[in-house]
Amino acid sequence: MRERLLEGVPRQGVILLSALLAVLLLVPAVASDYLLTVGILILYFAYVGQAWNLMMGYAGQLSLGHALYVGLGAYAAAALYVHFGVTPWIGLWAGMAIAAAAGGGIGYLAFRFGVAGVYFAILTIAFAEFARLGFDHWPWVGGSAGLFLPVANFANNDLVNLRGSPTMFYYVMLTMTAAAFVLCHALLRSRAGYYWLAIRESPEAAQALGVDLFRYRMYVVVLSAAMTSLGGVVFAFYYNNLFPEQVFHISRSIELILAPIIGGIGTLFGPLIGAFLLTTLAEALGEAVRAVGIDVPGVKQVFYGVCLLLVVMFLPDGVWPPLAKALKLDRRSADRSSER
Amino acid sequence: MPASILVNVAVSGLLTGFIYGLMALGLSVIFGVVRVVNFAHGEMMTIAMYLAVVLFSAYHLDPLLMMLPIAAVLFALGYVMQRGLINPFIARPEHSQFMLLVAVALIIVNSLLLIFGPDARSVQTSYAYDSFQVGPIIIDATKLYAAAAAAAVAAGLFAFFRYSLTGKAIRACADNYQGALVVGLDVTRLYALTFGLGAACVGAAGCIMVLLLDVTPALGPSYTLLAFVVVITGGLGSMPGALLGGMLIGVTEALAGLLFTPSAKSMFAFGMLVLVLLFRPQGILGKSAS
Repeated sequence: MRERLLEGVPRQGVILLSALLAVLLLVPAVASDYLLTVGILILYFAYVGQAWNLMMGYAGQLSLGHALYVGLGAYAAAALYVHFGVTPWIGLWAGMAIAAAAGGGIGYLAFRFGVAGVYFAILTIAFAEFARLGFDHWPWVGGSAGLFLPVANFANNDLVNLRGSPTMFYYVMLTMTAAAFVLCHALLRSRAGYYWLAIRESPEAAQALGVDLFRYRMYVVVLSAAMTSLGGVVFAFYYNNLFPEQVFHISRSIELILAPIIGGIGTLFGPLIGAFLLTTLAEALGEAVRAVGIDVPGVKQVFYGVCLLLVVMFLPDGVWPPLAKALKLDRRSADRSSER
Repeated sequence: MPASILVNVAVSGLLTGFIYGLMALGLSVIFGVVRVVNFAHGEMMTIAMYLAVVLFSAYHLDPLLMMLPIAAVLFALGYVMQRGLINPFIARPEHSQFMLLVAVALIIVNSLLLIFGPDARSVQTSYAYDSFQVGPIIIDATKLYAAAAAAAVAAGLFAFFRYSLTGKAIRACADNYQGALVVGLDVTRLYALTFGLGAACVGAAGCIMVLLLDVTPALGPSYTLLAFVVVITGGLGSMPGALLGGMLIGVTEALAGLLFTPSAKSMFAFGMLVLVLLFRPQGILGKSAS
């Protein structure tokens, strides 16, 4: 299994990944509480970005409503915990099942009725907005007043109920991000992975070669939805409060897809590097405007928007592809070392 | 519930729908010709709304009279945006265009927040509380003027596309891009003109909207979404479709607000969008792709 997973990965890549993992494992030992929370955010965006990337980057289905799956996972696990005391380790299965069903439902409707491209993107927004308004008027989950989890006791980490310190959440998120990375890597080398790439490049050609478009599109939507919902479960237990207005809002969906787009769509490293760059950029801008003394609401976001604008204008494929080329880690170098 | 209340609410929704229609018309024109979805549409409307508020509070200029100058400002903004920012993205994939306009939207919302702060601003006209009575129906004067202004702007735009040479040239670009190039049309300039016209539409809609609605910087994104709902319901790229979609959504929202709860009214608009996407993806008046 290990041999298969490492097949075709250039040596530098293995070394770089091991070094990265070692650094990430050591972060809580040296980082302050503030840096640790930044680290959790980075890992969270890397994780959900990876899940979204699966659908858009590999299978070419542009979803602008992924906040729906985050929210369904978050609300399912949190509501089960608050109302019945069910541990999130069971609740997450409920969350994944509900999100997968929602993703499957949307995918079924879209792919059966031939809703594609911009229309598909807007359909996903519509369902997320529908859920936002629906949860706003659903008293059992707190409605617009929000759903609150009992606040964590930082003194002892309770992994069973996911109550504890940022350090615990950091390692939970790190595990999930690493697992998502390995899973996506393995998927890309599977039959389904190659089918997805074929569908992304040319649905007609893929279909002509006998790829069942409907079935493989459904697989990717359901998988991406289920993965994204897990991020939502951790989100709920980390922040301890959920408001439909915040969780399902379109700006959450946009925020979630920035990392893979800036990092490089359809690449494994894209979501990681994008999440790192964007989160540190946002934090650094916050620090900078405070230091200069122009900390007025809006300043930080204007700079952030300008940075986004510059990246999309000058790096159309994102940050990772040119960087990978420079480090000789890109696909072409990888293929060369594996072909021989 | 007496029928007269239903009719009153429906008429009021229909009038609001004209403004929705005008706003969506801008989005539809841009998509129909340039094939770029303007994800900063609602944000551009808030720029116009703030311009109207500033002109009103500084010089007491009525927003309806300022509609043309403000639309001209938005036209210039749209023209420059298309020329400088969007044109290089025309051949890029959808997600890339989307990112660009999301960044533009983010900059607009937060620049407005910087300049005007988060508080709601409004315009108090002398006719704010006037109304007309037609039989059992009471019509809000502001809404009637607003709808009339929206209809006038839309009619002007229809006439431009139908009768003017430039309008015909723009339609030619939308119909057959390569053909337009072959006959020597300056497509880049026509695209910029189109984007400017779309922006002018939403600018005019903003001036009218400010009579009915307080403006905050955060208003933008929800109106971008509303414009999508309207345009897709009516048919993306179809001009009469945008107006029809606006009226339909206006009435739907108004009735849903009355019969259920006002905060859930958009749910019905989104529900309608989903139904249209599934059963008539090209929209009610849109042309079928096949």
